[in-house]
Amino acid sequence: MSAATVDTLRRGNAAASVPAGDTASSRSDHIKFAVFAIAVLTMPVWLSPIGAGYPDLVQKFAIFGIFAIGFNILFGLTGYLSFGHAAFLGVGSYAAVWSFKLLTMNVVPAMIFGVLASGVFALLIGYVSLRRTGIYFSILTLAFAQMSYNLAYSVLTPITNGETGLQLALHDPRVLDGPAEAGLPTTTLFGMETIGYPGFYVCAVMLIVAYYVAMRITRSPFGMTLRAIKSNQNRMNYTGFNTRPYTLAAFVISGMYAGLAGSLMAVVDPLAGAERMQWTASGEVVLMTILGGTGTLLGPVLGAGIIKYFENIFSAFNDQVLGRIFDFLPEVLQNLMVTLVHPFVGEGWHLTLGVVFMLIVIFLPGGVMEGIGRISARISRSRSNRSS
Amino acid sequence: MAILDVQGVCKDFGGLRALNQVNLQVREGSVHAIIGPNGAGKSTLLNCFVGRLKPDTGSVTFNGKSLLGINPHEINQAGVARVFQTPEIFADLSLIENVKIPAFAKRDGAFRLDLWSRTDSHAEVRDHAEAVLEDVGLADKRHMHAGSLSRGDKRRLELAMCLVQDPKLLLLDEPTAGMSRADTNATIDLLQRIGERGITKIVIEHDMTVVFTLAHTISVMAQGAVIAEGEPEAIKGNPRVQEAYLGGAHL
Ligand SMILES: Nc1ncnc2c1ncn2[C@@H]1O[C@H](COP(=O)(O)OP(=O)(O)OP(=O)(O)O)[C@@H](O)[C@H]1O
Ligand SMILES: [Mg+2]
Repeated sequence: MSAATVDTLRRGNAAASVPAGDTASSRSDHIKFAVFAIAVLTMPVWLSPIGAGYPDLVQKFAIFGIFAIGFNILFGLTGYLSFGHAAFLGVGSYAAVWSFKLLTMNVVPAMIFGVLASGVFALLIGYVSLRRTGIYFSILTLAFAQMSYNLAYSVLTPITNGETGLQLALHDPRVLDGPAEAGLPTTTLFGMETIGYPGFYVCAVMLIVAYYVAMRITRSPFGMTLRAIKSNQNRMNYTGFNTRPYTLAAFVISGMYAGLAGSLMAVVDPLAGAERMQWTASGEVVLMTILGGTGTLLGPVLGAGIIKYFENIFSAFNDQVLGRIFDFLPEVLQNLMVTLVHPFVGEGWHLTLGVVFMLIVIFLPGGVMEGIGRISARISRSRSNRSS
Repeated sequence: MAILDVQGVCKDFGGLRALNQVNLQVREGSVHAIIGPNGAGKSTLLNCFVGRLKPDTGSVTFNGKSLLGINPHEINQAGVARVFQTPEIFADLSLIENVKIPAFAKRDGAFRLDLWSRTDSHAEVRDHAEAVLEDVGLADKRHMHAGSLSRGDKRRLELAMCLVQDPKLLLLDEPTAGMSRADTNATIDLLQRIGERGITKIVIEHDMTVVFTLAHTISVMAQGAVIAEGEPEAIKGNPRVQEAYLGGAHL
């Protein structure tokens, strides 16, 4: 991506982000928040008609939603495009698994350690990377994340357990949990097991908290300062702001969000591997945010949900499934369609994602949220036309 | 007493001597105009005051404190605000936000981590920002996008962003360029009104009506040097000034 493209993307829906700034009332914020919370908690119900109501998938929506909300604080509000955020996801996972191994299977300390560890890590990486802006900043974050990924595979093996990944073991100390029972323990919330739906509800509650915090940040003087930095950093300096600590704070906060998401991955499945830190994972959160709507509160969550949902569907398609879909066609055509569609599904689902992403950037730079905005504007226009 | 004292400032760009031994004393509370043909080095001189450029030699002292080698935000916090030649505003934000931001910088300093209160709960900042927007005649546009304003309105907005900070020294780089006659007169009025508050101002202008209405002192620059300085009447009759302006604006 050229610097110019990055710039267009960053500015994508500047128009949509203004009401987010100063005309939205506290009341309408709280109504939206309440609707959001209810929608998140009832995901297993209203998503089941489209086959997405089961715990494995809805908890993914929640986890990646948190990741994307945090990423948007840095990218959408502050205008710094990080290509290395998966590193913080990985650190959060490792910290959480270590908490399970050494302390307790309770998920609360695991989440706290995940957030703290990634926060410290983000402080270090952010301190160095934020000396540059634009494409140079992006490259620095990418380089740091790839370094972390490689270190996790090599010299840090005592901490990360290298290629195998960090797992629970029978002889782990777990000093707070008392004598071990037979077999590997499961994660708990103060004694209640957090696998299946309880695991989802832990993630859902954290998503709701994450959304609320992001909402407060967006409406605060700090959030307005971040948007001003994105708009014109130069002006900020001549206006008396020391922008460095602001950008660093935004970087650390978004790193902590990623750390929370990473620790939740360990909560629902207590293992951590280096592949979580790979650049593809860093790129994915960029896509989620842009697809949903950069700079909006809800957009990143929608983007995360949409990508994870379609990943789930498309990657499950194989030639037999395709054959069944096209079996109303004559055999020659059926084979042709299967051959044509084949590269876009299964392992090739990223190809579909790439195409969709290109279409969004070209036709709807403000993402799904811009689409929703346009549709509701059209509806209210036609309604006022009819009434006049 | 000079609130700003500039001594022997030189600045080279490659082979070009943009500033050549510039001396300047700006009296506290006065309006000091800098005029001169295009490329004379006027904006470059202002850049040396706000930390955008570092002079090769010389000193810049504000209120007895050197401005060289300190960061732009520290210079602003010390009480220097600037309107740029090409408007520097927050194009993606609303007008009221554009003015609130400098107001927060003035109230809270260069950094404050306030991420939990609501911006609109700071009533005194909002009221102050709205009053200043009213002053510059942009109150009815306060929820518009700053980026969608006309060039003249952007300038007035930038002026509001400076005024809300109640600076000790206000640097104005062509504050009326791109404005209609009516808007120019409104801006002169505004600057005269804030003159009563005792803000020291340095004004770079090509519009001589503005210069001769506002200025107490005029410095004339040409090719990086100050070639004349004095009260408006004296400058009008100065033959060297006439010569520097040959082919340029007429006095
Ligand atoms: N950053 C820079 N790098 C190189 N040359 C510069 C730079 N800034 C200014 N110059 C040059 O220095 C000279 C003085 O420029 P300056 O902008 O100060 O003139 P000015 O008096 O403000 O003119 P104008 O009335 O057109 O705004 C010009 O020749 C300009 O090209
Ligand atoms: Mg100039």
